[in-house]
Amino acid sequence: MSGSSSQGRLGALADRWLPKLVLSPTLAASLIFVYGFIAWTGWLSFTESRLMPRYEWAGVVQYQALFENERWWTAAANLGIFGGLFILFCLLVGLLMAVLLDQKIRAEGALRTVYLYPMALSFVVTGTAWKWMLNPDMGLQKVVVDLGFTDFTFDWLVNPDMAIYTVVIAGVWQSSGFVMALFLAGLRGIDDSIIKAAQVDGASLPTIYRRILIPSLRPVFFSVLLILSHIAIKSFDLVMALTGGGPGNSSDVPAIFMYQFAFTRGQLGVGAASAMMMLFTIVAVLVPLMYMETRSAKRV
Amino acid sequence: MFKNLTVGRALVYAALLLMAIYYLLPLYVMLTTSFKSLDDIREGNMLALPQAWQGGAWGKAWATACTGVECNGMQGFFWNSIKMTLPAVAISTLLGAVNGYVVSMWRFRGSDALFTMLLVGCFIPFQVVLLPMAQLLGYLGLANTTAGLVLVHVVYGTAFTTLFFRNFYITVPDELVKAARIDGAGFWTIFFRILLPISGPIFVVCIIWQFTQIWNDFLFGVVFASGESQPITVALNNLVNTSTGVKEYNVDMAAAIIAALPTLFVYMVAGRYFVRGLTAGAVKG
Repeated sequence: MSGSSSQGRLGALADRWLPKLVLSPTLAASLIFVYGFIAWTGWLSFTESRLMPRYEWAGVVQYQALFENERWWTAAANLGIFGGLFILFCLLVGLLMAVLLDQKIRAEGALRTVYLYPMALSFVVTGTAWKWMLNPDMGLQKVVVDLGFTDFTFDWLVNPDMAIYTVVIAGVWQSSGFVMALFLAGLRGIDDSIIKAAQVDGASLPTIYRRILIPSLRPVFFSVLLILSHIAIKSFDLVMALTGGGPGNSSDVPAIFMYQFAFTRGQLGVGAASAMMMLFTIVAVLVPLMYMETRSAKRV
Repeated sequence: MFKNLTVGRALVYAALLLMAIYYLLPLYVMLTTSFKSLDDIREGNMLALPQAWQGGAWGKAWATACTGVECNGMQGFFWNSIKMTLPAVAISTLLGAVNGYVVSMWRFRGSDALFTMLLVGCFIPFQVVLLPMAQLLGYLGLANTTAGLVLVHVVYGTAFTTLFFRNFYITVPDELVKAARIDGAGFWTIFFRILLPISGPIFVVCIIWQFTQIWNDFLFGVVFASGESQPITVALNNLVNTSTGVKEYNVDMAAAIIAALPTLFVYMVAGRYFVRGLTAGAVKG
């Protein structure tokens, strides 16, 4: 009797401490590798670190250097162009495909598989494939020229004014199927009786989608925006593989800027400052979106 | 309804097929290009089938193509990626499972706040941790090693895996665990006897997600590994963007497919779970 009860007490004691003990390595890792490292990078961005890290406070010199760097502003503008168009087209293409696939389509499973497989690929692979297809000598341009349109040119990949748009093309190809999957899951989650009632009232199918179904996808819409803007701000591998940031620096993005200044040009301070700017951008975009998402989720 | 409008339905199918072609085209072009000879590529049309199917580019991509100074093809880097991905996936998934179990079933004062604190790790741009991480790996003697990359992927992957398991375990009825506790079952007994047996699907989802993420990673690979310890994504990028010599598009494409094969295979075999993982990670992530 007493043996089993003391065992029980011991067990209860273990059960009080075990959960905390189990969680603690991950928490410690998070404290060091996420919070500590952000603080460390933040500190570096206020020093005069160049090739080697230095830890004496130097004020905002690196941010000044960053903001006076034309290349940084090219990268920031490109992020705006790429991010905006990437999100817009992913939303449009993804929503359109979801609505079309929702029409009791035969072979829906096969089509979904086809739309989604790019998501399994690395951005480097995607970039490599599109780099080949978009190259002006032997790629799509030649295909169209061979068809008889001899004046056709499509040289975006090597055209400094247009190179960033090739990143949009490849990015949308890679990610729009995923957006489709999310919207389709949302559409399938809507109660059928709402649609039936609207049909009884004589509403046409397009009206039902425009007025009832698509508006009720609001929470999904916010999730999608959240993920897409996250992908856009972090985008690095796709640009590296597709254009390498070129021609020149014309398709540079902040992630490449950060990588090159911090790791190949030996300008740690500027690299750290640009990394902090990326963090601020993510916070500035994601926090309002998350706030709106939780609000709209509560309302539904 | 559309059922009677055959024209409408035909249009829907036409649009869907057109989209399917758009998605399949790059894969088709990659495959056919990889089997063409260089002359065939230069003279022929990108969309045409090879005049003569040749496997030479594949052999070269695997064994002799140059990825910088070295000219040993993708083979070594392929194994690097395997040696990096398997342990990183295993460790981060197991950690995620027990963490998810704690934050869903054994909540204590402050555990929700701690979980939120962990989740922040899913959202940060990794650029913000690269410089300190490079320093730390240097101190630990792990710079340019596969072990270092495993550490990095485990550290930054565990937030996601914890989220996956937590979202799965909160759907398990509390009564199950409460009843077991009254019967005297402890922390580990409940985990191994009650939760693990029903965790199959979430393990599959989580493993697939982690495998895809880690195999496809480029940023950590390019920053923390160099030369012989590089993962395959970095090697592929080096191979494609080496500016010396004749551009061998057939070799590039074969190498790209080699780099993509493992994740494509997983997608083909377990696509259902793959989608579920994406949506699960998305809904809360």
